[in-house]
Amino acid sequence: MLSLSHVLTLSSLLFAISVVGIFLNRKNLIILLMSIELMLLAVNMNFIAYSTFHADRAGQLFVFFILTVAAAEAAIGLAILVAMFRNTRTIHVDDLDGLKG
Amino acid sequence: MDFTLFLFYAFAAVLLGASVGVIASRNSVHSALFLVLAFFNAAAIWMLLRAEFLAIALILVYVGAVMVLFLFVVMMLDINVERIRQGFWSYLPLGLIVAAILFIEMALVVGGKWAGLDAMPMPAEPAAGYSNTKALAWLMFTDFAYPFELASFVLLVAMIAAVALTLRARAGNKAIDPAAQIAVKASDRLRIVSLPAEKSN
Repeated sequence: MLSLSHVLTLSSLLFAISVVGIFLNRKNLIILLMSIELMLLAVNMNFIAYSTFHADRAGQLFVFFILTVAAAEAAIGLAILVAMFRNTRTIHVDDLDGLKG
Repeated sequence: MDFTLFLFYAFAAVLLGASVGVIASRNSVHSALFLVLAFFNAAAIWMLLRAEFLAIALILVYVGAVMVLFLFVVMMLDINVERIRQGFWSYLPLGLIVAAILFIEMALVVGGKWAGLDAMPMPAEPAAGYSNTKALAWLMFTDFAYPFELASFVLLVAMIAAVALTLRARAGNKAIDPAAQIAVKASDRLRIVSLPAEKSN
C-alpha cells in the first residue's frame, strides 16, 4: 500500500537534488531557474500527499495557487534574462558585476 | 507489494533520474527536456494520489507552456558552455553535504514512524461518480474565491511585466505616432503668405 512517508521521502529527495543543482549550476542562470521549478514541484507533491491522506481538498487548491505563482515567476525570470542578454550580450554570472564597487 | 506501489516506485525512479539529468547535463536544451520528463512523472504520481485535475494541469501548464518558454529562451541565448562549466564539479562535495543533511533531517521527520501506513492510512476510495475537478471547483469558487481572483491578478501583472521587460522600440522604426498626428495644428502644415496683386497696365 502506498503510504504518506513514501511520497514525503520522494519529495524530500527531489528537494535535495535540486539543492545540489543550485550548488552545481551557480554560473548558469537558466538551470538555476529550472532547479527552482524542481523545488516547487517537491513542495507541491507534499501538499498533494497531505491533501490526499487527510481527505481535505484545500491542499490541492494551494497547489493550484503555487502553480500560478510559479508560472508568473518563470515568465518574469526568463524575461529578465532576455532583457539582460540584450543589454550586456552575456548572461554569465561572472560578467554581471555592474553593482560591484 | 501491490501494483500501486510498484507504479509509484517506477514513476519515482524515473522522476529522480530525470531531475539528476536536469542538474547535470552539459546542454541546457537537454536539461529542459529532462525537466519535461520529470514533470510528466510527477503528474503520474499525482494521479496515483487521486489529484487528477492537478496532474492534467501540471502537464498542460508546465509541459505545454512554461517548458516551451524555457526552450525558447535557451535557444535564443548564446551560451558559452565551456566557460559556464568551469569549476562545475568543484562545488559538488559541499552541495552533496548540504543536500544530505537536508534529506536526512527531512527523512527523520517524515519517516515511517510518524507518517507511515499505521500513522496515516490511505482514505477509502471515493464513491462512484465522485469528481476531483468538481470538488476543487466547488472549493475554488466558494471558500477560495478571493485568493482565486488574486491569483488571476498575479498572472495579469506577470504578463504585463514580461511584455514591458522585453518590449523595445527598434531603431529606424517607421510606425506612425497617432498622438503626434492628432496634435498637428494647421499652422504647422500651412503658411498663408500675403502676396499683393500686381498692377497691370
